[in-house]
Amino acid sequence: MQRIGVFVCHCGSNIAATVDVKKVAEWALKEPGVVHAEDYPYMCSEAGQSKIQAAIKEKNLTGVVVCSCSPRMHETTFREAAERAGINPYMVEIANIREHCSWIHKDMEEATKKAVILMRAAVAKVNLNTPLKPGESRVTKRALVIGGGIAGIQTALDIAEAGYKVDIVEKTPSIGGRMSQLDKTFPTLDCSACILTPKMVEVNKHENVNIYTYSEVEKVSGFVGDFTVDIRKKARSVDMDKCTGCGVCQEKCPSKKTPSEFNRALNTRTAIYTPFAQAIPNVPVIDREACIKFKTGKCGICEKVCQAGAIKYDQEDEIITEKYGAIVVATGFDMIKLDNYDEYAYSQSKDVITSLELERIMNAAGPTKGHLERLSDGKAPKEMVFIQCVGSRCSDDRGKSYCSKICCMYTAKHAMLIRDKYPDVNVTVFYIDVRTPGKNFDEFYRRAVEDYGVNYIKGQVGKVIPQPDGKLLVRGVDLIDNKQILKEADMVVLAAAIEPNKDVRKIATMLTASIDTNNFLTEAHAKLRPVESPTAGIFLSGVCQGPKDIPETVSQAGAAAVKAIGLLAKDKLMTNPCTAKPDELMCNGCSQCANVCPYGAISYEVKEINDHGVRETRRVASVNSALCQGCGACTVTCPSGAMDLQGFSNRQILAEVDAICR
Amino acid sequence: MQELIARAKELLADGTVARVIGWKAGDLPYNPEPAYFEKEEDFDDFVYNSFCGANLSKLMIEACKLEGKTLVCLKPCDTYSFNQLLTEHRVDRDKAYIIGVGCKGKLDIERIKKQGIKGIKSIKGAEITDDAETLTIDTLYGEKTCAFKDAMLERCHVCKGKEHKIYDEIIGESKDTKDAERFAEVEKIEAMSPEEKFAFFQKELSKCIRCNACRNACPACSCRKCVFDSTKFDSQQKANVDSFEEKMFHIIRAFHVAGRCTDCGECSRVCPQGIPLHLFNRKFIKDIDELYGEYQAGEEVVERGPLTSYTFEDAEPGIVAERG
Repeated sequence: MQRIGVFVCHCGSNIAATVDVKKVAEWALKEPGVVHAEDYPYMCSEAGQSKIQAAIKEKNLTGVVVCSCSPRMHETTFREAAERAGINPYMVEIANIREHCSWIHKDMEEATKKAVILMRAAVAKVNLNTPLKPGESRVTKRALVIGGGIAGIQTALDIAEAGYKVDIVEKTPSIGGRMSQLDKTFPTLDCSACILTPKMVEVNKHENVNIYTYSEVEKVSGFVGDFTVDIRKKARSVDMDKCTGCGVCQEKCPSKKTPSEFNRALNTRTAIYTPFAQAIPNVPVIDREACIKFKTGKCGICEKVCQAGAIKYDQEDEIITEKYGAIVVATGFDMIKLDNYDEYAYSQSKDVITSLELERIMNAAGPTKGHLERLSDGKAPKEMVFIQCVGSRCSDDRGKSYCSKICCMYTAKHAMLIRDKYPDVNVTVFYIDVRTPGKNFDEFYRRAVEDYGVNYIKGQVGKVIPQPDGKLLVRGVDLIDNKQILKEADMVVLAAAIEPNKDVRKIATMLTASIDTNNFLTEAHAKLRPVESPTAGIFLSGVCQGPKDIPETVSQAGAAAVKAIGLLAKDKLMTNPCTAKPDELMCNGCSQCANVCPYGAISYEVKEINDHGVRETRRVASVNSALCQGCGACTVTCPSGAMDLQGFSNRQILAEVDAICR
Repeated sequence: MQELIARAKELLADGTVARVIGWKAGDLPYNPEPAYFEKEEDFDDFVYNSFCGANLSKLMIEACKLEGKTLVCLKPCDTYSFNQLLTEHRVDRDKAYIIGVGCKGKLDIERIKKQGIKGIKSIKGAEITDDAETLTIDTLYGEKTCAFKDAMLERCHVCKGKEHKIYDEIIGESKDTKDAERFAEVEKIEAMSPEEKFAFFQKELSKCIRCNACRNACPACSCRKCVFDSTKFDSQQKANVDSFEEKMFHIIRAFHVAGRCTDCGECSRVCPQGIPLHLFNRKFIKDIDELYGEYQAGEEVVERGPLTSYTFEDAEPGIVAERG
């Protein structure tokens, strides 16, 4: 029989204002095994912990229940305190009477009743707890960064500078990401390429960094400190060692009709291409779907013109398997599709464009060589209308509920740049709110309004109607003057919402990292652990975690790097002892547990089993406790119940349920 | 049948196999039972006719632990169960010599009795060599007849096909006896209101006497230690003391065999109370087909079934929840 102590925390008034903590302690004494119960304003404080330790020693406690906040907050605190007093840390259980009780209830009587029930469940579990001992695992001193945009580049550079090896996996043929598509950056208006390309060069030549472009993460196994990752290096059809980047192949390629991804399909590219002139690596890839050689077997011009003999039509995808201690996700974002916003005539008129398309138009290397013109007829616009929050801050399911955060600033930037370069162009911005928090941000916006005469109208646009003469009729509303506005425009720019890269779901699944309803990766704690995923060893960098601008992305990238470095600096990690364990006598050897195990922790061995005197050679499951993460998928799959999770055994969980239902 | 016996004797005599698993005649003309045959004279009782519904594949779990090979007679539908057992590593292919026996539909004595035919002395037309469309039944009350189709087991009306999925040799011809839609009954229940469904299963499961026949016959219920026999769980040998426990046993069993059940129909065939237990399993099969793509357990030896594999295309839990 256990000797259990129950410690009820007031959490100041957080718990005590809604739960009668004295009553919970009183009731605890009536539970089987409980020999001590007390309450205290702050159990997690030094004094509170001392109370637990004193009780363990005085009353010879074998188990402890702390009724307090979520175990995610202080389970480790209390376990360590108990360990210092001489009992196994896994003999401590938390009854969460704050998040699960006091914070969500108002009525004291009801909340107290529930707190007592939660306490009972924890006591019932501790009665069945057994001491567990953690193991140790090693740390591979190498990090993987998924995504080669500014977030990934910065994280990789910071980790590399600390002396650890880093690999970057980038899906497209070049690193650089979204930032490489931008023309100027707010609030300083320096050119994006001028500040990004030096970083691209730096990361590329860093001795600790290895970049896999045109590559994707295919499979992830293992766990914090010891991940094994399969990277698919897609066939470039160009030998990276031989290619000199002269570009002749691209000049001569006869297949020129593929929409350029880099220029947002505003112009076309060749089948053999580098996405942009400053691409790193400066080695083209052959788009096999567009290449005439791959489609018809005839052509081969690039091979003929390549002086270096770098063209390799028979190159195949290559799978690289590498071990990593830490993984940083920096998969970035894309603009939403505008199918749900056809009232803005994006699909009907070439002169209705997204902000990112405008970036390309304004860029000297873009489809119009930096000249602002209508894509329909090449004429210079005189009236431009910007529409804010297209798909952002949306209350229904047409768009996104969140604020995309960057649009107010980049629209002010666009407006200002246009007014600066083309003073004869009138610029009107329709907005819901202008949100410009950030250093020198509001000053920037005010400059657009006050110094550059950009016409800001608070109100939404209901419809954009293409006119027979090629103009666009914008029908909106001015909420301040409370009147309808009909305005003829030559170009309309939509600040479309941003959303996480569509591949992030797949990557999150491989990493077992959680994502929210908008497909942003969730952080371990919104305030206190914002760059870590709840999955140990996975860190978050950039917009994959939530909308942010470049300065914020760079700071978060650095923070993620520091967290990864902190992990890589360790030689060994303690492993969670709450792992699965099969009862060999009951195991059927059916392999179902191995099939569902997401960590590949279960294997089978054929061995002699002594089943109550019957000796038989049987195929039985065996769990690698270093790989097992204690998810419990195997225990629910096992038809005979042979598999059990230490620390969360079926018996313990049923005892908790029974205690709750009692 | 004679060809089968002759071949079995031959394989025993030349040492290819150490024993044969087949059916021997029971005390009545319609209740043959599974049996081991090890010596030539054992075969006097050997029988194979249209009443040999029993699926012998499960017996191979124990037989595979014995010295030497075991000859097992499997009907086309039984081979699915054998494949599923291979998938789950419960039988050893190298220890089995599979004779795929011909099948033209198996008979359900209860269906004959339901037609008011009682005091049965002998039945003609149930021999496997026949292509008889009518059974001639000699009873204490005179000769009666009954259409073969009307006496067939439910599972034979939704026959999976005449093809043996795994075998070493085939003796006898088979016939596809399918003349009904496999999921018609399930669809009927799906169309019921929750109250009607509850009432339906309450009525059916209240007949259960917890004899465990369904579990013992089921080839998917092959655990070394069934959860209902294990002291590790509170579910051990619960008698049906209330309507919840009646249902609990069958629902847990259905969940345990989900994704592994080949729909061999043994559960319903052996139930002495005539509960249509296969409906639970068939509902799961229908759901799996709809959510994860068509899948027939035991069609071949697979590494992973739909419920123990994960793909990015899998139905999201929300979709499953919405379906009810």
